[in-house]
Amino acid sequence: MPAGEAMTEFDPNPTVPEPEALMPVQAEPRPAQTMAPRPGGIPLTDATVLTAPPLIGIQDLNLFYGEKQALHGINLEVREHSVMSLIGPSGCGKSTLLRCLNRMNDLIGNVRVEGRVTIGEDDLYAPGVDVITLRKRMGMVFQKSNPFPKSIYENVAYGLRIQGVKDKNILDEAVERSLISSGLWDEVKDRLKDSGLGLSGGQQQRLCIARALAVRPEVLLMDEPCSALDPLATSRIEELIFELKRDFTIVIVTHNMQQAARVSDFTAFFWMGKLIETGLTEMLFTNPRVRMTEDYISGRFG
Amino acid sequence: MANIREWWRRGSALIWFSGAALAFSLLMIFGLIGYIGAKGLGFFWPGAIVRVVTPEGPVLGEITGEEPDQVQFHVANRDLFGQDYRWIPRSELKEMTKPLDAVVVERLEYGPFIGRIQRVEKDGQIVQGDPQEALRRLRPAAMTLSKHIRSLDRNEVGALNRQIEDLRLELNGTPPAGRPALEARVKALQETYEATQARLEVLRNQAAAVTVTLEAADGQTKTIPLASVVRVVPSNALGAFGKTGAYLSRLWEFIADDPRESNTEGGIFPAIFGTVMMVLIMSVLVVPLGVMAALYMREYARQGWLLRALRIAVNNLAGVPSIVFGVFGLGFFVYLVGGTIDQIFFSAKLPAPTFGTGGILWAALTLALLTVPVVIVATEEALAAVPRSQREASLALGATRWQTLWNVVIPGAMPGILTGLILAMARGAGEVAPLMLTGVVKLAPSMPLDGTFPFLHLDRKFMHLGFHIYDVGFQSPNSEAAKPMVFMTALLLLLVVVVLNLFALRLRNRLRARLGGGAF
Ligand SMILES: Nc1ncnc2c1ncn2[C@@H]1O[C@H](COP(=O)(O)OP(=O)(O)OP(=O)(O)O)[C@@H](O)[C@H]1O
Ligand SMILES: [Mg+2]
Repeated sequence: MPAGEAMTEFDPNPTVPEPEALMPVQAEPRPAQTMAPRPGGIPLTDATVLTAPPLIGIQDLNLFYGEKQALHGINLEVREHSVMSLIGPSGCGKSTLLRCLNRMNDLIGNVRVEGRVTIGEDDLYAPGVDVITLRKRMGMVFQKSNPFPKSIYENVAYGLRIQGVKDKNILDEAVERSLISSGLWDEVKDRLKDSGLGLSGGQQQRLCIARALAVRPEVLLMDEPCSALDPLATSRIEELIFELKRDFTIVIVTHNMQQAARVSDFTAFFWMGKLIETGLTEMLFTNPRVRMTEDYISGRFG
Repeated sequence: MANIREWWRRGSALIWFSGAALAFSLLMIFGLIGYIGAKGLGFFWPGAIVRVVTPEGPVLGEITGEEPDQVQFHVANRDLFGQDYRWIPRSELKEMTKPLDAVVVERLEYGPFIGRIQRVEKDGQIVQGDPQEALRRLRPAAMTLSKHIRSLDRNEVGALNRQIEDLRLELNGTPPAGRPALEARVKALQETYEATQARLEVLRNQAAAVTVTLEAADGQTKTIPLASVVRVVPSNALGAFGKTGAYLSRLWEFIADDPRESNTEGGIFPAIFGTVMMVLIMSVLVVPLGVMAALYMREYARQGWLLRALRIAVNNLAGVPSIVFGVFGLGFFVYLVGGTIDQIFFSAKLPAPTFGTGGILWAALTLALLTVPVVIVATEEALAAVPRSQREASLALGATRWQTLWNVVIPGAMPGILTGLILAMARGAGEVAPLMLTGVVKLAPSMPLDGTFPFLHLDRKFMHLGFHIYDVGFQSPNSEAAKPMVFMTALLLLLVVVVLNLFALRLRNRLRARLGGGAF
């Protein structure tokens, strides 16, 4: 490819799995019993989710990094205002799938995608799709918090600024709204002019979430958003995910079974680039249909 | 034995060696600065004026050097004695005294005079009373007068000359119908010119009416107009306070005045100004050039053998002897580009060149070329150091590549780019060889920035501290007298580089603080 290689060199070691990843809930035989109660005591899956129309559709998706196939015939649906978590051992293609949804894989040279990915009515990979507009509809939160070396305010306002928004009132309003949504407002409202890098890890991650929310995306893609955070910060983000579900559709990659169980309505289990099983989180965790799924979520994997 | 092995194994030896290497480097640097400072800064301190009697007669001067068997005297009075310095064998020195009435009189011509003030005359009449006292009283008026004459001569007469010259050129290009009007204007200007000259003449006569007669140690006398006296220092009669005053006054003259006597006296202000200005112009040229080249190489170009070869070439460019750049600058910028500009825009003035000869723009461009590899390398490194996660964050928000570069990558790389600029400035300010071919002169009649339209004269030749060192130290007929000037100029050059760098450093630190102690 002609350009952009400097930005996106091949990354031979994607994410190293956290130690907790492969031994989630060994103590109990049935993972369901180990699940923490949902924040606010709301039932795990409310019925509205079951009737919601699908927003994202993935059909027969194959993805190749050069010769190597990383995704094999994936078929998956994500319903509106639901949380879908993607789980599976390291290197199974969770991040790859997530990055297909906002076409971040385009930035890597030598990637080939086959199949259909739709959001609403629109085919993501149809020729002539405006990737820039597309990415505005799909907010992304990364594994490691990555605020810009700018002020807190400018971090959140960034997405709007590059869209050409100059009106101070609109920006102020968007910054406040997003920071409130991400639960950071009370902590930073007096120091919006300070650098975003001066925040703690957990605050930085919530800043990144606010930054993604500011452009009002339809979908929020989160790639292990809590893997670098302590339990307290993690639970704050989990609560946040639960709040955000009202306005957004969320796809989250996680290595933490409990987290998947706590936050998501649906779960998809991947293995070696293949989708092994998907369904309601409750069902998948209490009553997996495939042996491999059961082995994985109960930590008897490999 | 085991101890030593343990010592090696733990790497203590390495720590000691590296520490010693650092200490040695520091020692050399401070040694250099200290040596230059000591040699230069002492020069302005008024030393004792010593009178001795030798077989050839009495000698009056400052002792400037001592060897086991001879002593060097700065006797000054070049116009009477022919040489400023004299070595006298110790065996011939008799009756050393420090006469209180001995003075060093710094003059506009022929360097300082060391001797006694015999009398001061005004309109042919000897002024009564103590001659030193009389001189002190009359000098302020004389100084104002001489300043007035100088500024009149330089500014008004110069401006008139230029205007007349411009009108003449215009006249050449106008059809006969339009000529009379122009000719009338030329005539009017010429009349003003002559009137100014006449005024100058009157002022000069007025200045010449007050004279001072100086007497050297051997009784010879010399009468000069008081207006040409720069400073009178009665060193032996001065206390520490007075000496400090004289010292500071001399130092200030050195920094803030124009040079005299083929640069061996007076100040070096035009050289300081030229150096700073040239470096600034160079910076303005080199940063966009280098940053853009680095951006292309790092962000857009296809990474392959061609780019690798290009990088090696750029790095090697930094190693090309600077005189080669000078030759290129002369051939390409001065003759080709400048010559073409003259053909197109200044053809009326030809054959007198405007841009087709060395000038500050060409010199700055040549140095920009010389220092651009430094900026490219530093920028490339800074760009590479901007975390990929930040670029991805920007792109994921729907920014285009260019928006990401402009809003995230370049600001993040800015401190690194400024580091490149600092290195480039340090290198550029000290370069002399290429400048000699592309626009530096020993004595520039006017500065590249002044009050006449268009204020910034990029075509003008300029003076430069580095070249000044070379010129004064090695091209001057009076090298002994020029020696301290060389050290002082070197010191100032160092100072200019340091100040420019501090400026850039401050800028970088401010930026870093704004970036919140980021990745650098
Ligand atoms: N840029 C790339 N070029 C080539 N192969 C890649 C690239 N990125 C990922 N891969 C490969 O694709 C496969 C899936 O990677 P992916 O990053 O999606 O795994 P993951 O499920 O997110 O793992 P983890 O849980 O460790 O983050 C892996 O085998 C990986 O080696
Ligand atoms: Mg991953």
